[in-house]
Amino acid sequence: MEDRKPVIRIQGLVARYGDATILDNVNLDLHAGQITVVVGGSGCGKSTLLKHIIGLYKPWAGTIEMDGKNVAALDDAGYRELMRNVGILYQSGALLGSLTVGENIALPILEYTDLDRDSVAALVRVKLGMVHLSGYENHLPSELSGGMLKRAGLARAMALNPKILFFDEPSAGLDPITAADLDQLILRLSRLYGTTMVVVTHELRSIFTIADRCVMLDKSTRGVIADGDPRVLKETATHPAVRRFFNPELIEADQEAD
Amino acid sequence: MHGRARENPGFEVEETKDGIVLSLTGALDTHSYPGLKKDLERLVARRCPARLEIRLEKVSRMDDHGVLLLLGLHQKMRRRGGECHVEGAAGPVAEALRMLRFEEICAAGPLKKRRLPNPVVALGEEAIRHALAMREMFVFTGAVLLGLLKVCVSPFSLRWEDTVYSMRRVGVDALPIVALISFLLGFIIAFMSSAQLRQFGANSYVAYLVALAIVRELGPIMTAIVVAGRSGSAFASEIGTMKINEELNALTTMGFDPVYFLVVPKTVASLAVVPLLTLFACLFGIVGGLVVGVFILDLTYSQYVKQTLEVLTLPDLAWSCGKSVVFAFIVAWTGCLRGFEVKGGALAVGGATTSAVVTSIFLIIVIDSLFAVVQLYYGAFALT
Repeated sequence: MEDRKPVIRIQGLVARYGDATILDNVNLDLHAGQITVVVGGSGCGKSTLLKHIIGLYKPWAGTIEMDGKNVAALDDAGYRELMRNVGILYQSGALLGSLTVGENIALPILEYTDLDRDSVAALVRVKLGMVHLSGYENHLPSELSGGMLKRAGLARAMALNPKILFFDEPSAGLDPITAADLDQLILRLSRLYGTTMVVVTHELRSIFTIADRCVMLDKSTRGVIADGDPRVLKETATHPAVRRFFNPELIEADQEAD
Repeated sequence: MHGRARENPGFEVEETKDGIVLSLTGALDTHSYPGLKKDLERLVARRCPARLEIRLEKVSRMDDHGVLLLLGLHQKMRRRGGECHVEGAAGPVAEALRMLRFEEICAAGPLKKRRLPNPVVALGEEAIRHALAMREMFVFTGAVLLGLLKVCVSPFSLRWEDTVYSMRRVGVDALPIVALISFLLGFIIAFMSSAQLRQFGANSYVAYLVALAIVRELGPIMTAIVVAGRSGSAFASEIGTMKINEELNALTTMGFDPVYFLVVPKTVASLAVVPLLTLFACLFGIVGGLVVGVFILDLTYSQYVKQTLEVLTLPDLAWSCGKSVVFAFIVAWTGCLRGFEVKGGALAVGGATTSAVVTSIFLIIVIDSLFAVVQLYYGAFALT
């Protein structure tokens, strides 16, 4: 796996907000078809890393390559072309409130493909079926529940069958059953389309369900403190923060010992 | 006789007694979709089979575009009154068909468009909605008036920090634009009227005209319109955004009255600073007229000021300030009310902002007309 050319290559990334350094010299290679989960405590830079990868922020130092292209160095047309192969599921779903669910999903399809309107309508139905929202084409986002909004957001993120899909805390605010359903959906979509997925989360159950690889960031080192299969990390990690993260029962044991 | 022809690397066709059997091969995905769609639709159109059987044994991969292809053929056959069956899916292809709900979408039939509501029902619903909104408006107005009364009774209960902040936003920050608009207004009135008055040799009356027009009418009304555009809209969007973020619910559950917490400070601030802004507007309007008088009409500075002071009385200024207090209440009340009425998302906030400005300006003009009538017939300082 490691000898293949990575889909995303992060080299020496330094991310700063003003004087505060959030990430310092982060190096990561993410490979095709893998589900990589980025975890870590609040304020460790998970979302910052995500926003740098998708080009919303420019690195203070270092480079991020996606599909072999330096994201920060692309012009507008190049960035637009690159983003055609990238889908993002935002935390709230981020559907446009003035459009119906169907219109939200049709929006990128109409913009980027030559499909006729009937085919677009049929494709929207397929996408909605894929996320178990058949029949919700004409609903407005305000008429959907939190879990439905995420699934509709996922259908929109996958509208153009992107090569890479990013998830910003997909399980946040969902009940455990809905969150587990969403995890299964992510897994099935990954298998069906072979999409490379990068998921920012701190839901332990999600991590063990979906992750091929888990990258843990830490606030104190401002970088990666663990990288590997989460099931292996749970058993073998020696770093106390990593052990406590993957084995929450240790936190309770420590508290009792205190 | 069964004919067999290989027409395209992506499919094989076998003719049967009642139709054709189409064996698809290879990957049915985004890349193969456009070419296959064209070829297969042409094939179906040319042969017009009564029954189309699509076999998927040799399909290696299928994604949503593959399903789209099958759906297209299925719909085409159904429109022609023929039959279409998809058979032989196994392994990942069967999984893709299941996951992308092929059977379900086929069975569901054509997509139903969102129906327009019955006009009678829509009218009734709209009437009920307006009646309920009217009720909410009265409740809100009552709460604001009670809040203002509470401030009079116990001034320390007011959130003075917020009030002073609103005074700065509504008053101090608006000063440059109010000054500029009023100056130009005075300038334009003096300039336009001088063109007419000059014909009668009545240039010297420009000062009277500008002073009366600015102080009695244009100063208060222009200031109120600027405040409605700047601050009324800001009140509506601020409170509207707070409402969709559930901040108003949070205030209520913490035991705060959202009207007293948010609306009363803004209203008190507006009531305090808009009359002052109006006085500034009058001053700058008169200065605008003075510039025309001195530099274009050859009046002297002292003559212009003397005439202005002659025509203006204290009751005029008091009347102007009194009107601006009413306008200030209208702007704050409308802005905050529209904010509280927000339901839904970002779109509703935009609508509330627009509505706050339009309603404020409309009410300001209507009430100014009433003031004009009152002043003309019943006022102690009537023009006649």
